[in-house]
Amino acid sequence: MPAPPPDATETTSILPGAGGAEAPSGVLVEQAPLSGAGGTVLTPAAADRSRRTLGFTFWLSVSWIGLIVVLAVIAGLLPIPDPKAIEFQPGLNPSLHHLFGTDDLGRDLFSRVIYGARVSLTVGFFSILFGLVIGGILGLLAGFYRGVTDGIVVGLSNVILAFPAFVLLIAVVSFWGPSLLHITLTIGILSIGPLAVVVRGNTIRFAQREFVMAARMLGAKNSRIIFREILANVVPSGLALGLVSVPVAIVAEGGLSFLGLSVRLPTPTWGNMIAEGRVILTQHPGVAFWPALFLFLTVLALNLVGDRLTAYFDVREGAL
Amino acid sequence: MRYILRKLLLLVPVLFIVTFLTFILIHLLPGSPCISILKTNATPANLAKCTHQLHLDRPIPVQYVDWLRGSFTGHLGQSYLNDEPVSTVLAQSIPVTLELLIFSQIMAVVMAVPLGILSAYRANTRIDRVATTAAFGTLSIPDYVRGVVFVFLFAVTIHAFPATGYTHITDDFVQNLRSVFLPSLALALGSIALYHRVLRADMIATLQEDFITMARAKGLPTWWILVRHAFRPSTFSLVTIGGLNVGALIGGTFILEYLFAIPGIGFNTVNAILQQDYLVVQGAVLIVTVGYVMVNFFLDLAYPLLDPRVRHARAAA
Repeated sequence: MPAPPPDATETTSILPGAGGAEAPSGVLVEQAPLSGAGGTVLTPAAADRSRRTLGFTFWLSVSWIGLIVVLAVIAGLLPIPDPKAIEFQPGLNPSLHHLFGTDDLGRDLFSRVIYGARVSLTVGFFSILFGLVIGGILGLLAGFYRGVTDGIVVGLSNVILAFPAFVLLIAVVSFWGPSLLHITLTIGILSIGPLAVVVRGNTIRFAQREFVMAARMLGAKNSRIIFREILANVVPSGLALGLVSVPVAIVAEGGLSFLGLSVRLPTPTWGNMIAEGRVILTQHPGVAFWPALFLFLTVLALNLVGDRLTAYFDVREGAL
Repeated sequence: MRYILRKLLLLVPVLFIVTFLTFILIHLLPGSPCISILKTNATPANLAKCTHQLHLDRPIPVQYVDWLRGSFTGHLGQSYLNDEPVSTVLAQSIPVTLELLIFSQIMAVVMAVPLGILSAYRANTRIDRVATTAAFGTLSIPDYVRGVVFVFLFAVTIHAFPATGYTHITDDFVQNLRSVFLPSLALALGSIALYHRVLRADMIATLQEDFITMARAKGLPTWWILVRHAFRPSTFSLVTIGGLNVGALIGGTFILEYLFAIPGIGFNTVNAILQQDYLVVQGAVLIVTVGYVMVNFFLDLAYPLLDPRVRHARAAA
């Protein structure tokens, strides 16, 4: 068992800012030297992120995500009209009966936005869940066993990362057929690359730690070390990075929908509502406005939560 | 030199797999690809011709080699809509997309670099917080939403720019710039936010270095230190992110070209998809993917030029 190399990936220096007279003193900068081994570039985490608190905006974002998820799940139980039903006067302004008004055809916009959330959230969460499970297992095995396994996983990740993701997504979906399952799976496969890289990196880091060696000395089997000692340590950072990837998946699905390559009209998605609304912006601005706002707020909230957690759990490598 | 060789050795398998996956796309089509390609024209005679042209009667490895050889010489098949060779369609649309990409990146660098330097120099002050928050918010707006907002604000409301359409650069230069301005800006905003964030982080780290203290001790003016001493060593992540960002940018051009009806590679691909003109799609995916791999390859080669520390780190490793 080789001695663990000194943990040289981070040096924390507390130095006064050198930029000028007014540069802040006491800036905490985590500085990462250029890593030669992995060839990865480590960007120093921003100073204000290193504080180990989550903060108000974090919980506000969590609440928004929770609200949207709950609304999307129980949409069928809510006292809102059928999102596809053309049964109201077109172009109604927001009111108590129609929270967001109605669109140019007389469909309830609130209902359409909520049902649209279903598509976005399904694709966003399930694709990344898929990528996280597969990428996580691959990363764990690669980081623990190294050698040939490592070579294969790193090679696979590099190939996935070598594609311009959205173009591949468009291509696969157009050849394979646009269905929720195909879109979710394709985004999931694309997300394996970056997620595996991060889990692998963290596994390597933890595999050299003392408690892992102690377990080995005690005669623990490899499977026990991987699942009982290492797994629990790489899960938080993996989940945090997964969470940052969810908005990327949501935006990608929105893009497909926008181009008409996802779930078809009249089934509402945020993307196809924006595409529908953009040609009638002056007469019915709400058609594009509400889904765009919900898309923005959801992506922003997920980014904020993911960013906070990433800093909190100190994920160092890669991003989707 | 060894560095270049190693990168070259890595490039070959990646190119192989990337082209193979692009090739195999056509086999994702349900049933025989030719039925999907020909549609109502799928008479037995046409089917036989198509099967022969795509070498579908041969084993897959042979098909792949033939297809690859064909693509090197520009034979990517024909559009089933108008019998135009796929290579002609691509040759006409690539310059348009490149213009959009380059224009947006010029905008992005011109705005992101000064902002990033300023943010790092004034780290954690009000101006930095405003810039950082704005960048974070911008990154949460998908480019198609930005595009729609810009159309609404600048084209529909104040008529400053055309909402759709493209004027060729040789026809009218000013009109050409006007026609690509909005999509470029929509594309650039995401890059600005990203580059600002990355440059700021690296720059803050650089400003802690001893040679900066040394430069200050020599009494050099602050702007000179920032621009001449601190900027270049801080661009390392920026170049990496810039290379990776090309993938996202290409994705962005697909959507924005479609939104603004700019006849680039994205617009043509999306239209080909909507009209199920599969060979055009395949050709476009090939060009775009190989282009992306090559851009990142050359950026990898550029690191040692940019930062001598890489040369030494690689030599020592």
